[in-house]
Parts: sequence; structure tokens; C-alpha cells
Amino acid sequence: MDLYEYQGKQYFARFGIPSSPGVLCDTVDEAQSAAEELGYPVVVKAQVKVGGRGKAGGIQLAADSEDVRRHASAILGMDIKGHVVRHLWIEKASDIAREYYASFTLDRAAKLHLCMVSAKGGVDIEEVAATDPRAIARLHVDPVDGLTVAEAAKPVAEAGLDEVARAQAAHLLVKLYDCYVQGDCDLVEINPMILTTDGRVRALDAKVTLDDSAAFRHAEWGELAGSEELDARELLAKEKGLTYIGLSGSVGIIANGAGLAMSTLDVVNQVGGRAANFLDIGGGASADTVASALEVINSDDTVRSIFVNIFGGITRVDEVANGVVEALRRVELRSPIVLRLDGTNAEEGRQMLAAHLSDRIVFEDTMLGAARRAVALAGASR
Amino acid sequence: MSIFIDETTKVLVQGLTGTQGRFHGLRNRDYGTKVVAGVTPGKGGSDVDGVPVYDTVEEAVAATGADASFVAVPPRFAPDAIIESAVAGVRFIVCVTEGIPAQEEALFFNRLRREHPSTRLVGPNCPGVISPGKCNIGITPGAIALAGGPVGVVSRSGTLTYQALHDLSQQNVGQTTCVGIGGDPVPGTGFIDCLDAFEQDTDTRAVMLIGEIGGSEEERAAQFIADHMTKPVVCYIAGVTAPPGRKMGHAGAIISGSQGTAQAKMEALAAVGATVAQNPIEAAELMVEVVKNLA
Repeated sequence: MDLYEYQGKQYFARFGIPSSPGVLCDTVDEAQSAAEELGYPVVVKAQVKVGGRGKAGGIQLAADSEDVRRHASAILGMDIKGHVVRHLWIEKASDIAREYYASFTLDRAAKLHLCMVSAKGGVDIEEVAATDPRAIARLHVDPVDGLTVAEAAKPVAEAGLDEVARAQAAHLLVKLYDCYVQGDCDLVEINPMILTTDGRVRALDAKVTLDDSAAFRHAEWGELAGSEELDARELLAKEKGLTYIGLSGSVGIIANGAGLAMSTLDVVNQVGGRAANFLDIGGGASADTVASALEVINSDDTVRSIFVNIFGGITRVDEVANGVVEALRRVELRSPIVLRLDGTNAEEGRQMLAAHLSDRIVFEDTMLGAARRAVALAGASR
Repeated sequence: MSIFIDETTKVLVQGLTGTQGRFHGLRNRDYGTKVVAGVTPGKGGSDVDGVPVYDTVEEAVAATGADASFVAVPPRFAPDAIIESAVAGVRFIVCVTEGIPAQEEALFFNRLRREHPSTRLVGPNCPGVISPGKCNIGITPGAIALAGGPVGVVSRSGTLTYQALHDLSQQNVGQTTCVGIGGDPVPGTGFIDCLDAFEQDTDTRAVMLIGEIGGSEEERAAQFIADHMTKPVVCYIAGVTAPPGRKMGHAGAIISGSQGTAQAKMEALAAVGATVAQNPIEAAELMVEVVKNLA
């Protein structure tokens, strides 16, 4: 789960990483009173989970109440790369002497943590990596050893951070590493990490991606939930406990297993269709899960046909068939269904559905054949 | 021959008394696997359908000579279970558990690498390993695999692996071993480990590699194929149409920027002479052709 900047800064604060004081606001009036509380000048910052806010005009300096009102009303509701701004973070403006970059993430090739530091902060780091790769200092951290201040000082020096900032930056890196590891993050990134004119190093921005698999040991993440930017279909799927991603095509997809689900999208694409979603019912799915999956897809009015692609392993095909029958009982399906059922108890599953077959519910023997049929039906019922 | 496991492998199941452990552990035994012990702390002295249960891995190994472990415990217990097996000297561990925090995976991967270099971990979040007719550790349905080779299979996905095994077996093309390396960001065993083992296994004469979006394992596998493989490799990469930035079910399946795309992986593999299929059905068809031409 990605956090908003303000949530990231709050998360940083748990680990002692300094940032500027600020207030979360949803209206122009709130923004003005927050600014007055903080004292001018302030920065009005759009809260969206996408990079490039500054370039899009989503971050503005305000010297007085008139400025705050003007910027707040312009930024609220602004569309930044498809993300509509609903929240503002009003932050006390910082006197910036330098802008640096710092991050931790997993280097999947080395299977070690990777720390990156650069004296070129405040810009797109991918661009720095492409145009001036030597400006980024890298340090691998073995999780068995952890990170000491002495080790953290190495990339800080190598990256050429100003002398006055180095000791503070090394200490901040250790705190950032603690946040990354103990806080169960997939990514922590500070861009820019600033040196203020009075010589302090702090986080001016915060990008934090939490590892969803670790939610069971972070009760405090509960308060962050609901801040995810999900569309209506994704919200319904989440309620039902399904792994679902909304897409823009017209063929609804249900498959078991992430690999097979991805592959189903690909095959639909190859035969000239486009998937409306990614939906993995998981291993060992119950009839209820399958019925819920059909309900979610049925709620999507862009769907013109549904392709159920099951290869039973732990998942039993008779259980899937049961789910389809259950769904037929629960809701009126708007779209025709193409079923491709193979694997554990496939024969039993097909027999259970035999009585329900019609021109709206059809079997296909192969994945490719089923994809073609589903795409044809999506076209025909448009 | 087979890689990693064979008919002599003695398996203990960590979590045999749990629902998943019992179901799959006994299924593995029914397949013919030597399932010699279960381990559940506090349940030592009992048994599951005749398989003796011990409190610790150490006791189970001492009593039964088990040399492989099937870890079927929930995410919060899996890291300790894996390390316990390694410390007890188990040489081969399969962990099917899904949903282990990535930080834990990075930690136990590096502990194994440094402190237990002779122990091999497959997974987590994987279907396991099957050498058809000899040994099946994990959740792969044994009936879809066909003994006798000559194809070695290695895959990041569970159900796609089943699809591939099914399609190969239907066409009477057998498998030496099928390794599901799992869909998590820090797999204990990677493509290269398996390619290397298949290259050295005399009975394996061709390899099917099933990858997916995310990371750079497939690209590195391509480099390995170029440098070390003499046997033909047929590949399929899932996720050509996956949207960037979204986690496609598997924790490891996410495209960041232009890195990790299916396209880039397919190009890297094609460039080193691997046969690249557009979908899993085609992958099996192409492999059937490759096997015909072996003779």
C-alpha cells in the first residue's frame, strides 16, 4: 500500500526522522486556518499518490492568506495524472540550502537491501540514474548485519553531500533504514532530503510503500486503510477479499492463481480482446468466493462477457461450479459466461453445470478457444 | 534422474497437524513420497494417519533420518520453521506459505546463504517440487505430471505450471522434475539454480521456463542460458498486458517503470536463442516439437 506524503511523514516521525510541521486539510477554509496556525510562509501541497506533483502545479508557496486561498482552491479538485486531489497538506515553508536524495528498497538481484544517496535531489531520480549514474551512491545492506552510522556515512560521503550535512544525513539514513525494516516497507524514499539554511537535515517529501503481507503485525496500519485510491469495483472486491485490479476492457476475467490470471489477460489480448479486470480467486477457493467474484464482475457495466478460466490444483473445480450455480441464484448476470474448467474434479464440475448451459453459459475445452469465444461474445453483445 | 529430490528423499512436514499440512502432506504420501515425520511444537508423540509427530525438527531428523522438509505453517511462524530445519541439518526445504513479509524473507534468505550454505530453500509462496513417479513435496497435483522425462520445468507460477504439466503430459511428453520457485520477491531458489541443475542432469534434455513480470530474474536467466546452457529452453512470460505499478496477485509481480516488463524479458530470452511462446498453450506445443527433434 502506498502512503500519501503526509502519512509517510507521520510514519517517518515514529522512527525519529524529522520533517516540517504541517496540517492535513480538505477545504480552502481549513487550509487558511492551518496556515495561520503554522505561520507564513507556508507550502500548499496536493496529496496524491503519484509523482510529478510539482511540475503539475500541485505544490505552491503561499506568503499570506490570500495566496493560501488562491492556491488551495486551484489545487483541490485538480487532476494530476488521473489522480484527483481531495486533500492538501499545508506545511511550514523551509529555508532550503541544498536538496539531496535518499532511499532504501530491496535489490531483488542481489537479494540485499539497497541504499541510494545522491546530492542531486528534488528531481526525478530515474532521470539522474539515466543521465548521470555516478551521481547516485549505492550501498548494499545485509539484513543479518543491519546498518550502522559508520556504514551509512560511506554513501553519504561518496555522493558528495556537503560536509555540514554529512553526520546528520548518516544518522538520518540509519533511522530511515529502521523505518524500512521495522516498519515493513517495500520502499522508503526522501526526495528531496534537504539541508536548511540553518544547517539542519530533514525530509521535505516522503514516499512510503508498505508491504501488505506484513499487515498482520501492524495494528497501527488500520488507520491508514481506506486511504487507498480504489475505484468502486476495486472497493467491492476488497470487501469480498478478492485480489482484483480494474482494467479498461470488456471481457471480465476470473482465474485461479496469479500466473494463470495474468496469462488469461494476455491470451484475451492476443485474440483481439481486452480484459476488464484481473481477478485471482486464489488457491483452494470456496463456492462463496467464486460467487462473490462473479458478483463483482457483474457490477462492472463495462463488462460484455465473462471468461472463467480454472485449472484446479488445490482449487477443486466442483467447488468452482458450485460457486457459479450460487451466483446464478444470487444475481442476474448481465453478460454471457464462457467456462474453461480443467484439473482437480473437472468432470464433476462440468456435470454440475450441465443443466445450466445455454447460449449465455457455455463451455470451451481449451484456454485459447475459450478466450476467442469470450472475445467474440463481448463484441456481439456490445 | 531428477534434480533436488528423488525416490530416496525422506520428508518431514512442519505443520502436519494443521489443515493445509495434513491435506497436502498426506496427498504427498499417497503419491509415493516418503513422508516420514511431522513436526508441531507441543504435539510430539501423536501421529497423523500413522505419520509420527515430533515437537522439534531436530527430534524428527534424529528419529527418522528425514533430509527434506515441507513447511506448511502460517506466515507468522514460517520464518522460524525454515531456520529451525536448516539448523537441524535438513538439506532441502520447500515452503509453500503465502504472505510472509518481504523483510522476513530477505532476512532468512541471507541467514541461510551465510550460515547454512548447503541447505536449499524452494519458495516461499510456491507450489513445491515434483519429480514425477518419485517424490512430490508441496501442493502440485501429482496426477497431472508424467514420469520419465525428458523435460525439466521451472516456473514462478503455480497454476501456470499445472497448465504446462497437463499440456505436456497430454501429449505424452514426460518431466524429470518440475520446480515451482514461487512468486515472492526473494525466492530461496531462482531460475538460474534450476537451469544449472537441469543442465547437469543427464536425463533432462530440454527445459521449460515459465516466468512473469517483475524483477530481473528472467533477464539474468537469459544471460545464464547464453553462457552455460547446451540444452534447448522453451519460455513463456506471463503479464504482457499487465498495467505498470500494480501488484498482480503475486507480491513479486509488479512492473516498476520500464523495468520488469514481459516484453523486455521475452526479448532477452529470444536474443540468447531460447524459444519464446506467446501463451502457455503454445509453450507446450513448442516443447513437444523440441522433444520430437531431440531424437
